[in-house]
Amino acid sequence: MNENFWSEVNRAAGQKITHCYQCGKCTAGCPVAFAMDYKPHQILRLLQLGRGEELLSSRALWVCSSCQTCTTRCPCHIDLARLIDTLRFFSRQAFPQVTRHGMPLFNEVFLRSVKRYGRVYELGLTLQFNLKERKVWRDLDLGHFMLSRRKLRLLPEPVENRKEVAQIFSAEKEEPR
Amino acid sequence: MKLAYYPGCSLKGTAREYDLSTRLVARHLGLELVEIPDWNCCGATAAHSTSHFLAVALPARVLALAEDMGLDILSPCAACYQRLRAAQEELKRDPELKRQVEGALGRTFEGRVRVFSLLEALAQLGEEALAAQVVRPLKGMQVACYYGCLLVRPPLTSCDDPEQPQLMEKILAPTKVDTLDWGGKNECCGASLIFGAREVALNLIKNILHAAAQVRAHALVTACPLCHANLDLRQKEVNRFFGTNFAIPVFYLSQLLGIAMGLNPRDLGLGSHFVDPQRALRMVGS
Ligand code: SF4
Ligand code: SF4
Ligand code: SF4
Repeated sequence: MNENFWSEVNRAAGQKITHCYQCGKCTAGCPVAFAMDYKPHQILRLLQLGRGEELLSSRALWVCSSCQTCTTRCPCHIDLARLIDTLRFFSRQAFPQVTRHGMPLFNEVFLRSVKRYGRVYELGLTLQFNLKERKVWRDLDLGHFMLSRRKLRLLPEPVENRKEVAQIFSAEKEEPR
Repeated sequence: MKLAYYPGCSLKGTAREYDLSTRLVARHLGLELVEIPDWNCCGATAAHSTSHFLAVALPARVLALAEDMGLDILSPCAACYQRLRAAQEELKRDPELKRQVEGALGRTFEGRVRVFSLLEALAQLGEEALAAQVVRPLKGMQVACYYGCLLVRPPLTSCDDPEQPQLMEKILAPTKVDTLDWGGKNECCGASLIFGAREVALNLIKNILHAAAQVRAHALVTACPLCHANLDLRQKEVNRFFGTNFAIPVFYLSQLLGIAMGLNPRDLGLGSHFVDPQRALRMVGS
């Protein structure tokens, strides 16, 4: 992997990747380790071995819930949750098709709503996401319940200063940080 | 005390009752809340999973708006709270990023504003002030206080001890509700994995409900709209998926406190829960 990848990964970790001594504490506390192909401590190990590209197609990046348990408990002060955010960035770059479904798609649709309205329009977000995942009927019963309790707004409620929100999005650089 | 109120998107929709009950309880406790004019979304997990710049710049606008008001912020949504706190820390730590964010917003930051979760804001009032408002003690009800992730992790932004948080128990002590010692209080509920990795999230939700059932909790208490949506709205789905039969109502902290303060359950938004809280409420004569 190139120089940039290595330095960004180290920067995100907040410590040198080489500091990880494979104690496994991150994996022990990770609530979704059971569903990961590479467990948190293995992510660190692969990076140490210079095999970071194997991680970029990994399912682990997208089942991580960003719960921050690993970051909280690592005795070497490695910010693994933030490191995973950075790997997500490189994963989307290497495999743009990851955003076609699941969490990366959800994130994309979510941010599109924020970009457009300055706020999340929950009903529109859910409908769009379900449509793109071709599961239009998913959660219909829930949606019905929520509408009846006024837990879903029918129309978006945008911010007034949309120019400023647009400025934030246009200043966003295609960089991991 | 007067605070700049940042409801966030969830409290305007899915978590409407959290907004209603927080405002109502605050009013009765003499906490003046002024909604931040024209606030925007904090970006939540979607932003930090996508771009570090967005993850800081979106909450930064909210921080700047509050700075203009000259008030500290109350952020009842745990996710918003964590994003605002994280953005504050990043702006402090990374002057180059701060410069870029200021450029994009056309605003400058002095970094004067403090950000409080609902737990901190209520705890600050002190036990006596809370006790003075309790007119309907919740004796006999056993609850499991559920903190989830973002109120207490990572340590840099935590509002309480990351492993053994106690603020909710302290806040609820004057209500005489029995707060249980249990193992699930800071486990992860899966947050938005419920959309993008459903089975994984259902597993996490089941584990939390199981831990609460094990200690015979009559109800769960939370201070996060994402946790509430997962634990309450998805409980039936968990039962369907795993063949369990959980029926544990989930209160927002502000709702439970409001009941003890004798406020009208309807005004506290208690009619909009998926798992009916009536049985738990009847136990304490509400
Ligand atoms: S907890 Fe830290 S040191 Fe231990 S394996 Fe995980 S990343 Fe490495
Ligand atoms: S932040 Fe991700 S990797 Fe770390 S413990 Fe939580 S789910 Fe696991
Ligand atoms: S975390 Fe959720 S509720 Fe809070 S601002 Fe972001 S989208 Fe809205």
